[in-house]
Amino acid sequence: MSSTNEKDWPLWEIFIQSKRGLDHKHVGSLHAADAQMAIENARDVYTRRNEGNSIWAVLAENIHASRPEDQGAFFDPADDKVYRHPTFYPMPEGVKYI
Amino acid sequence: MSANKEETLFQQKVDAEQKIEPKDWMPDAYRRTLVRQISQHAHSEVVGMLPEGNWITRAPSLRRKTVLLAKVQDEAGHGLYLYSAAETLGVGRDELVDQLLTGKAKYSSIFNYPTITWADMGAIGWLVDGAAIMNQVMLCRTSYGPYARAMVRICKEESFHQRQGYEIMLVLSRGTPEQKAMAQDALDRWWWPSLMMFGPSDKDSTHSAQSMKWKIKRQSNDELRQTFIDRTVSQAEFLGLKIPDDKLKWNEETQHYDWGEIDWTEFFDVIKGNGPCNRERLAAKQKAHADGAWVREAAMAYAEKKAKRQAA
Repeated sequence: MSSTNEKDWPLWEIFIQSKRGLDHKHVGSLHAADAQMAIENARDVYTRRNEGNSIWAVLAENIHASRPEDQGAFFDPADDKVYRHPTFYPMPEGVKYI
Repeated sequence: MSANKEETLFQQKVDAEQKIEPKDWMPDAYRRTLVRQISQHAHSEVVGMLPEGNWITRAPSLRRKTVLLAKVQDEAGHGLYLYSAAETLGVGRDELVDQLLTGKAKYSSIFNYPTITWADMGAIGWLVDGAAIMNQVMLCRTSYGPYARAMVRICKEESFHQRQGYEIMLVLSRGTPEQKAMAQDALDRWWWPSLMMFGPSDKDSTHSAQSMKWKIKRQSNDELRQTFIDRTVSQAEFLGLKIPDDKLKWNEETQHYDWGEIDWTEFFDVIKGNGPCNRERLAAKQKAHADGAWVREAAMAYAEKKAKRQAA
């Protein structure tokens, strides 16, 4: 139906900052011919009710991700390091402001 | 890891209410089911723009026109959230659009009914969006992460759709006798097709059991349909309109409404493509896609030219 020689617009991942001071959060993706169009389309698709204050568009092919099948081995270095948490250090009664 | 072991781990994750994410291992049938369901859902949003688009130029006031435009624009947005979720499963947008345009993919049968009066805009918002919301609220807790997140976004926007529809019905039902009759006529025509939106009865539903096990669905078609009826009856009473079902009656024992029988022959006939507007809807989408081809090509050519210039 769509002509086969027609080139598809690339896929962009969209990140929206909802308020100044907050981080940009992934909201979904969309297709656009270039970055400017991606940002304008993101405004129409993802911020129709003032959900956004700033938009990032990243070509989906430029996002690299950790592999879920490696999840265990990849993240386990943090598992046995309880001393990185403040609760590891009991404070005596009477010590204040710490 | 063997496929069997993978599948056990997958089901354990689902049972523990952990979301499945795009790169996680999943059974092929789970992926296929999701692609089918999410893309059908996306197509429904997109085709759903047509019956309402029919009234944008003829809305009775500027306020109604603005609201209808915003609603139709939301439907486009909802279609895009859903296509985006479907694409995380490894299927391309072009492929999905092709399936719609060639008639290979289905969309919700409700959009194959015509919108012949202004009251239909009221009935669609109130009943069709109302029925859709029941389903979509359930899907906010579906097991596939991107689908669930798209649904949360959609549900936030959908309740405006239902309210603006009910408001149209309210104004008409408090208006002249002709206006009230128009509202009643719309309710008469949209009631049964709205009940059909929940899909076949549980005993005849092909995909239900497996989808429940995978927690793609969390409630059965019949449960959702009953809740919809229970909630809608009092809304119709408030309007002073009569739901076109002689068997509709409160059952003190079950604490639910008893109601009549859906004409399933009509349901399956419309699905097969013989509804009043199937051909018209598909033709409209095909035309829009063909008419837009030069825009898509020109935008791509412009982007490539700009990129080349910047590189030089």
